Amino acid sequence: MTEKLHINALENEAIYIFREVAAQFEKPVLLFSGGKDSITLVRLAQKAFYPAKIPFPLMHIDTGHNFPETIEFRDRLVEELGLELIVRNVQDSIDQGKVKEESGRYSSRNTLQTTTLLDAIEEFKFDACIGGARRDEEKARAKERIFSVRDDFGQWDEKNQRPELFDMLNGQIHLGQNVRVFPISNWTELDVWTYIQNEDLEIPSIYFSHKREIFVRDGLIWSASEHVYKDEDEEIEERMVRFRTVGDMSCTAAVDSYAATISEVVSEIRDSSISERGARIDDKRSEAAMEKRKQQGYF
Amino acid sequence: MEVLKIATAGSVDDGKSTLIGRLLYDTKSLTDDKLEAIAHSSKKKGYDYLDFSLATDGLVAEREQGITIDVAHIYFSTKTRSYIIADTPGHVEYTRNMVTGASTSQAAIILIDARHGVIEQTYRHFFINNLLRIKDVIVAINKMDLVDFSEERYNQIKADFEVLVGKSDYEDQHITYIPVSALKGDNVVEKSINMDWFKGQTLLEHLEKLDAINIYNRGKMRFPVQFVIRPKKEEFHDFRSYAGKVYGGEINVGDEVIVLPSETKTKIKEIYFYDQKFDTAARRSSISVTLEDNVNVSRGDMIVKVNELPKIQKQFTATVSWMDAKDLVTGSKYVLQHGVNKVLAKVSAINNKIETDFSGIETNVSSLKMNDIASVSFHLNKPIFFDSFKEHRTNGAFILIDPQTNNTAGAGFIE
Repeated sequence: MTEKLHINALENEAIYIFREVAAQFEKPVLLFSGGKDSITLVRLAQKAFYPAKIPFPLMHIDTGHNFPETIEFRDRLVEELGLELIVRNVQDSIDQGKVKEESGRYSSRNTLQTTTLLDAIEEFKFDACIGGARRDEEKARAKERIFSVRDDFGQWDEKNQRPELFDMLNGQIHLGQNVRVFPISNWTELDVWTYIQNEDLEIPSIYFSHKREIFVRDGLIWSASEHVYKDEDEEIEERMVRFRTVGDMSCTAAVDSYAATISEVVSEIRDSSISERGARIDDKRSEAAMEKRKQQGYF
Repeated sequence: MEVLKIATAGSVDDGKSTLIGRLLYDTKSLTDDKLEAIAHSSKKKGYDYLDFSLATDGLVAEREQGITIDVAHIYFSTKTRSYIIADTPGHVEYTRNMVTGASTSQAAIILIDARHGVIEQTYRHFFINNLLRIKDVIVAINKMDLVDFSEERYNQIKADFEVLVGKSDYEDQHITYIPVSALKGDNVVEKSINMDWFKGQTLLEHLEKLDAINIYNRGKMRFPVQFVIRPKKEEFHDFRSYAGKVYGGEINVGDEVIVLPSETKTKIKEIYFYDQKFDTAARRSSISVTLEDNVNVSRGDMIVKVNELPKIQKQFTATVSWMDAKDLVTGSKYVLQHGVNKVLAKVSAINNKIETDFSGIETNVSSLKMNDIASVSFHLNKPIFFDSFKEHRTNGAFILIDPQTNNTAGAGFIE
């Protein structure tokens, strides 16, 4: 028995939020991408409900353009922890003619995920979707609530949000509405990495330095893959890189790095002069890119 | 790492966003790509300086109108601690956002434009920080570069603000005055070379030295039960624990406690944090506890120490901050959420409206509009277990939910 519990304010806040979700909603789901933020969420959920198991399933909206390392990792984690995983594919939405594949130089399936997500919410009647978004990631996300209400169309009405006072979370919604829940809203990228280090959490290998075939466009390092559009004159080379965020191959750029262990990653982040989303091609589309996507029902 | 949350308040053009931008810039919290984006936007707008407000105003409408609409959260850290700034807009019509931002903050920065001095808005900002019992208030007298860094001007504004402080009934509040120029960087992170007459700390120095323990309001230990954990697993056959967050003080194994509302006496058997057991859990920790006796406990119940009973009542009066477009009127019904406990509440009387500029009260009020603050009496369908807000910053607060729209329509601070 340890004597006194030393608390990490952010961790305790997140655990509190998870318990509010379980108590206030009938069908919550944890949106799991296999990235570091959703891996952190899984550990926090374990802590919130121990010794009971996590009282809701995980769901992955698979674009089909994920890094294979992430998918492999996802399946192993779910197996080891005995969790329930739902997978819904963007490819199915494309095949059903609900969305159209983008084409050209900056084509990505990132925005197409929204349709697949909204369909899955309707299919399973989920009333709360827990996500790993953080307010420090991006300035539209800085305005996001912890319990963020979405209407029947999954839309975010940023000018008409419920005030959140003290610890009190209001999860009352009408039929058809759902709430997006962000337990690590107040964490920074460094907080997440430090937590992963302290908790000794396993993460996909692409977060660590590895040799990869890449090409450089607009100053960003793109992974050379069948899923990423490449001009003929763009030259492929091999470099030591790692990924700071793990989204789709077509929207996540790599960074030059030799950080091969978690402590090297933490010190790299601490000294970095580029923000995490600096390597997100999807945010570079315009200054208001994230806000627009959120209004349409994005994560 | 300790986290300190700071609410900021200032009127339009007081330079609040610039101050925050300056804090970020001088603590090297702005990364190259963010700086590049700021430089790019500043140039596009035709400015010959970096407009740091572009770092914080996140919504399209805000950038278009050059104002802050909603509470934004900004993060930075030093070697000492992590900071969260709740950037709340200061226009009179946005009182609700200021109350919201202040509710989770331990410190506040009130900005004053040195050219204009203490204005009506300043009264309102101070009033809200007072109402919300913010312990540490920093009065940042900004734009000192535009008044020739005048010590006399600083002293005059300070004296004017002291008059306001005299009207406050919150004696534990600590107030610090700092003359700054957010645009030029004087006394924000770096000491000013233009104001050597000022012997106090810079804004960041002050924040860094705030006592992490004393800055939090304390009170009696309250443990509202959020969730009942029943694993239904072979190795935890009859296991049942009560999950929640500890407020006000510590909880210990062996403590004699009372479960409300049943008023059953029992003892704390075990304290769990994840898979580890502890003797003591500090305030603000999210733990779960098991009890010595087989007591019926459910969500919304509260565990307290014997001899530390809260008030258990169906009627009370509270200061209400109204936040909804639909007026509050006598007789209307709401869902009252007190911590994690929900009951039905009926407005029995609006006693008086409180002017947020310290000018007094208005009686004979029949309804409350958005941004009004008033003394309101309630009647509940079931008793709640509360303390007065002045004695307990968490157990004395509640929110009102409109049962038709489900919106959070107001917040209350029990008298």
